[in-house]
Formats: sequence, structure tokens, C-alpha cells
Amino acid sequence: MSALKIKKGSTSHSAYNLRPTFSDVEERHTLAVLVENEPGVLARVIGLFSGRGYNIESLTVAEVDHTGHLSRITIVTAGTPQVIEQIKAQLGRIVSVHEVHDLTVEGPSVERELAMFKVAGQGDKRVEALRLADIFRANVVDSTLESFVFEITGAPDKIDAFADLMRPLGLVEVARTGVAALPRGD
Amino acid sequence: MTRQMTGAKMVVQALIDQGVDTVFGYPGGAVLPIYDEIFQQNSIKHILVRHEQGAVHAAEGYARATGKPGVCLVTSGPGATNAVTGLTDALMDSIPIVVLTGQVPTFMIGSDAFQEADTVGITRPCTKHNWLVKETDRLSGTIHEAFHVATAGRPGPVLIDIPKDVQFATGTYQPAKPSTSHYQPQVKGDMEAITELVAAIETAKRPIFYTGGGVINSGPGASQLLRELVDATGFPITSTLMGLGCYPASGKHWIGMLGMHGLYEANMAMHDCDLMINIGARFDDRITGRIDAFSPKSKKAHIDIDPSSINKVIKADIPIVGDVGHVLEDILKVWKSRGRKTNQSAVAQWWSKIEEWKSVDCLKFEQKGKTIKPQHALARLEALTKDHDRYICTEVGQHQMWAAQYLGFEDPNRWMTSGGLGTMGYGFPASIGVQMGHPEALVINVAGEASWLMNMQELGTAMQFNLPVKQFILNNERLGMVRQWQELLHGERYSHSWSESLPDFVKLAEAFGAKGILCSDPDDLDDAIMEMINHDGPVLFDCLVEKHENCFPMIPSGKAHNEMLLGEAETQGVIDAKGSVLV
Repeated sequence: MSALKIKKGSTSHSAYNLRPTFSDVEERHTLAVLVENEPGVLARVIGLFSGRGYNIESLTVAEVDHTGHLSRITIVTAGTPQVIEQIKAQLGRIVSVHEVHDLTVEGPSVERELAMFKVAGQGDKRVEALRLADIFRANVVDSTLESFVFEITGAPDKIDAFADLMRPLGLVEVARTGVAALPRGD
Repeated sequence: MTRQMTGAKMVVQALIDQGVDTVFGYPGGAVLPIYDEIFQQNSIKHILVRHEQGAVHAAEGYARATGKPGVCLVTSGPGATNAVTGLTDALMDSIPIVVLTGQVPTFMIGSDAFQEADTVGITRPCTKHNWLVKETDRLSGTIHEAFHVATAGRPGPVLIDIPKDVQFATGTYQPAKPSTSHYQPQVKGDMEAITELVAAIETAKRPIFYTGGGVINSGPGASQLLRELVDATGFPITSTLMGLGCYPASGKHWIGMLGMHGLYEANMAMHDCDLMINIGARFDDRITGRIDAFSPKSKKAHIDIDPSSINKVIKADIPIVGDVGHVLEDILKVWKSRGRKTNQSAVAQWWSKIEEWKSVDCLKFEQKGKTIKPQHALARLEALTKDHDRYICTEVGQHQMWAAQYLGFEDPNRWMTSGGLGTMGYGFPASIGVQMGHPEALVINVAGEASWLMNMQELGTAMQFNLPVKQFILNNERLGMVRQWQELLHGERYSHSWSESLPDFVKLAEAFGAKGILCSDPDDLDDAIMEMINHDGPVLFDCLVEKHENCFPMIPSGKAHNEMLLGEAETQGVIDAKGSVLV
């Protein structure tokens, strides 16, 4: 993806719509970065963010093409439009990076995160936790007489909401994977 | 045809296949097998430096003066860490160099072995790319790829870390072939944007070309095309420190360097222009001054091969990603096909405005009395050397700015200075690299005594390899630029900005077997410079100059282009508290 095909009057489907590049308003963007899966590649990406003072809200990485040795890094970051443009351009010039996609502006996309919650409690609290888990379509993946481990998948705000509900019911521990995202449609 | 050979032999073979004739290096335990191969061949000349930092700067000087990538070979651990400053310097100035480092054997990596360092980890942020090669079979391919990455797109330093067991083991040599790597930066500019720029060129009333190191990096052809475009349009042209020489200083449309210590006319023209055509420059903070007051009335076109340079600092109205040479060719083609139009009467008026600014004569100085003014020393150096086949390096500081102001560059690749990183100690080793690339040329390093001392050990290298580099030291016994800032910003409290116990530079030269010249009288200066030029061998020229001279013109930190200081009288309280936090 070239970062600079800036066409005036392009539509909201374009990566470069009419957002003012030099506005001060911070935006949250989800970037999908396809990289060569070679030693140190994650350090290159993370080093870029720390070295230039950019934010990382979440980051997930795994090899997605075992024959081509390509990994997909999904980064959720926040910054002014100028900073977001810089992040994309800087990512694009890392030699091991093949493609950079800004899912936030390249049309609609789906974001999912997997989380596991350990909730301990007895009596009503235990029943309520199970009932809420059912509403949130969370699965029970481990159970003792005094605890559950729930597995839940969803957009980050759904997981946040579930965490808020579990807290008064005996939330002990949370593990979250960070966001994975794909564009919708073909 | 595949060939089996040891990793060490592969290194030498791959360098030969890449057309390398010179390697700057320093041996050590982890590169002994490679040095053993170097001993047994005659295709590549190895220059033994005296410190690894010197090796990298020498390779940078070689690369900048020849246009070919520079190559270094150093050992693991301290050899690699000593190379870090040079790598960072090359990254900031986009200089193609390939650094080969030895590493402890693969089975000892991570064990805190003797002279082990995480070289790829340490150098990741200061290289364009780096590799740790763990299999001999992949070594030659990696070296070929390294040369491709160093030179393709925006050039830069690359590093290959080679464990000692990989050097000893035998593997299959892959010959060099056109790169199949996915790394193929875009070189052709977008035609729509180019046409938009041509349309702007046709109507501009107050245009200016603002050129930078990207023109030099694009090769001599780009400078040629730039000259054609500038002369055909008749627009004024200025350049950054990095771009000096891309348009001749004697050229009709040249209005001098711009920036913090740039010329009055260049900065005023940048401030007042209505069309700024940035060719291969990156709106560095030394150029822009105060961002929100930077050239407020202009439409800005920005040609750069690195997409991340565009909109990084200054918003580009016409962004063009591509190689300067290719883009200039297309601009000329489109502009010619549309009838070579410019707004001639408005541009003529613009020129008369520029002539007014020029008449301020911002570089004027008066040489009087018995102390040499540094400006005078450089003006005489210019007069006496400009007709030579001349290459100039500098260290960093006041002398560097004076050299940029008072020396004229007619061609690209003639000016080697540390622009982005500002590395004191760069110039001397760089001059050694330049002289290796151009053995017959007159290579001069304009230095300050403090910078020069930072890599003075390389005098041994110059002597050993009989490289007649001329070290023209403007000796004010001060860290001149630091002293200037302390005077302007810190209440004239000169904290540690002078060195006592400076060496006797003539004796120092003689201690290495080189020639030393001391000059303190303006009346002796010409003869002394001629003696330096005519001496066949390295010369240390100790030119004692005025100790408290400040470098003007100057845009103070946090000020706009049209708020330049032209001389001493204007310096009282010019930098406010906000400006003083800037460097």
C-alpha cells in the first residue's frame, strides 16, 4: 500500500478521505501489518513505536502464511491524523514489512478479541455470574465448586462490559489476546 | 554454477561480485577467518583504521564521494558497538554503507561470551535493516541482499552479523543476481501530481527550488536534470547543507544555502515565496525554524523517495513520492510538452526583490589586524583551491557552517559533512575514505580543533596508506558553537566550552610522521595554504583564528525565517525562554 496516493475529493472508502491531516483530535486506528516472519521482526515494529513515541493500545501477532512465512500483526494505536499517517508510512518503510492496512479507514471491518475470566464465588454470586456469562455467550472452560473460567469472544467493548459485570461477582484474573481484525466483504 | 566454499571466503567473494574495491576495517577474534581470506587475495584493498568509528565514517566518506556503497569490516562486541555512531550518522544522512560484524559462534550466542554483544539488537534502530546470519548457506545471498537494501530507495546503512562458526563452515555460494526481494521502492512519481506541479510552475509568481541531499543521492544524472530545469525556468534555487553541489555555486540562479546559518536572501525568499518546490529535502528543524511561521504564503510541492518524509513536519500540497531523477525527468517532459511556460514578468519582479536581499551582503566581514578571521581563512582557502579537483569534508560546529557559507561547490559528491546527526569527529576519517575513492584529488577536511581531536588517531591510517589528506583546522581553542550558544542563551557563562592543554598540532603531526603547519598571521596565510596544497602527504594545518567570532547569519531557535540575526549588534536577548529549550 502506498501511503501517498492522496486524491482530492476521494470518498470515505478511500484510505485518504478528507480528514484534515493536521488536526489535533486523537483518533483510534486498527492497523493490519503483514511482515516477513524472521527473527527480530516484532522488535523492529515495537522499536519503531517506542523510538518515535507512538502509542500501542493492543498488539497481536501470529504467523498466518506458513509457506510464505508471513505474520500478521494487528496493532491498535491512537494519535492525531498526522501521527497515524506517520505511523503507517514509518511501518511501510521497514524492510521486513510487506503490507500496511489501516482497517479503520479502508472501509468496514470486524474486530474480535478473545478473553478468559476467572471468577470465584459461592451462592447467588456464582449463579449470577453463570447467568450473565450465558447472556454474553461466554463458555465455561473450567469449573470448580468455587470458581469458573469463562472464555468470551467479541469486540473489545463487549469484553470490557463483561469485565465490569464480573468485578463485583468475584473476578480474580483476566487474560486478553488483544484485537484481531479483518475487513468485511470480499 | 554453484560453488562450495567457507563462509569467510564467501564474504570476500560476495564483496568482489558486488564490485567492492575497498574495505575499511579493524580485525579481532570474531572476524579472524575473514581477515585470513583478505590476506590471501588482491582484489579488495583493506584500509586498517585506528578505531571502528573511523572505519564507518571513512566508508561514509567513500560512499558520498564515489556514489558507491561503502564497506566496513569490524569484530564482535566492542568492534560493533564502536560502529554505532557511524551507523546512526549514515542513517540520518541516508548514506549507503554495508557493515560486516563478527559475532561469537552460534552455539555461544546468549551466553555472555567474551566480546559478545547483541549486535543486531543494538543496531536495529540505527540501521535501515540488519541481519544475523546463522547458516553458511544463506550468507552470500544475505550479503547480496544487503547491498540491494543499502542502495535501493532512500539509501542507508545496513549491517550483517556473522558468527565465527558460520565463517569457518562450508556452504554453497549463491552468485549475485538481480534482486528478487519484495523490497522494491517506488521510483516513478505519480503523473497526475507531476502535472499539477507543472501547472503550478507555469503560474507561480514567486517560486523557489528548495533542494537537498536527495538530489545528490539520486546520482549525477539527477543534478544534471535539476540544472536543466532550473536554468530553463529561471527560478531561484537554494539548497540545504546536504544538497550543496547539486546546483553549481557559480550558477546564475543560485541564491545560497538556507537554514539556521543560511544566507539572508535564501531564507527571506523561502519565507515570501508562493511556490516552494522541495526536491529531496525533508523540512529538517535546522531549515524550517518556527514551524507555524514557516513560509506562510506558499503552495508546497514535496518530492521525496521516502513516503514517511511527506507530511512529517510540513504539510505538502503536492506530494510526489519517487526518485528525484525520475521525477525531474517527468517534470521536464510534461513542462516542455505544455509549451515551457512560466510567469516571466512576475518572476523577474521576484528576482529584483531577491537582488535587494542579496545587497544586504549577509556574509560580509572585515579582515583587519593581526588575527585571522575564520571567514577570511575559508575565503582564502576557497580562492586558492577552487580550481583544483577538490573534495571538502568537515567536522561539526562553527567551522562547518562557515565552510558551507564561504566555499563554493560546483558539482555533487564534492561535499561530505555530518548534517543530520552532527557528529564531531566525522570529517577526518571521512576525508580518508574520500581520498581512497579519489587518490589523485585534493581532499581537505575543514575542522575545528575540538572535533578533530575526537578521531585524531586516524592520522596513523593516513600515514600508513599514504593518503595525502589536508586537515585545515580553524583553531579558536574553544568549542565555538557551544560557546556561541552560551553567549546568546546562557548569560555568557562559558561552561566547559574550551579546552586547556591543547596539543601542539605541528609536533603532533610530526609525531605521526606527517607535516604540520602553524599559521597565525593573516599575511602568511596564502603561502601557508599553498604549502599545504603542494605537500605530497597528510598535512595538519593549525590555523589560529579569532577566538570569539560568532557564526552569522543565524535564525535563533524558535524564530521564523524573516527574523534572522545578521551580526553581533542584534544578539541581545533574542531567544526567549521557549526558544531556549530547542537545540
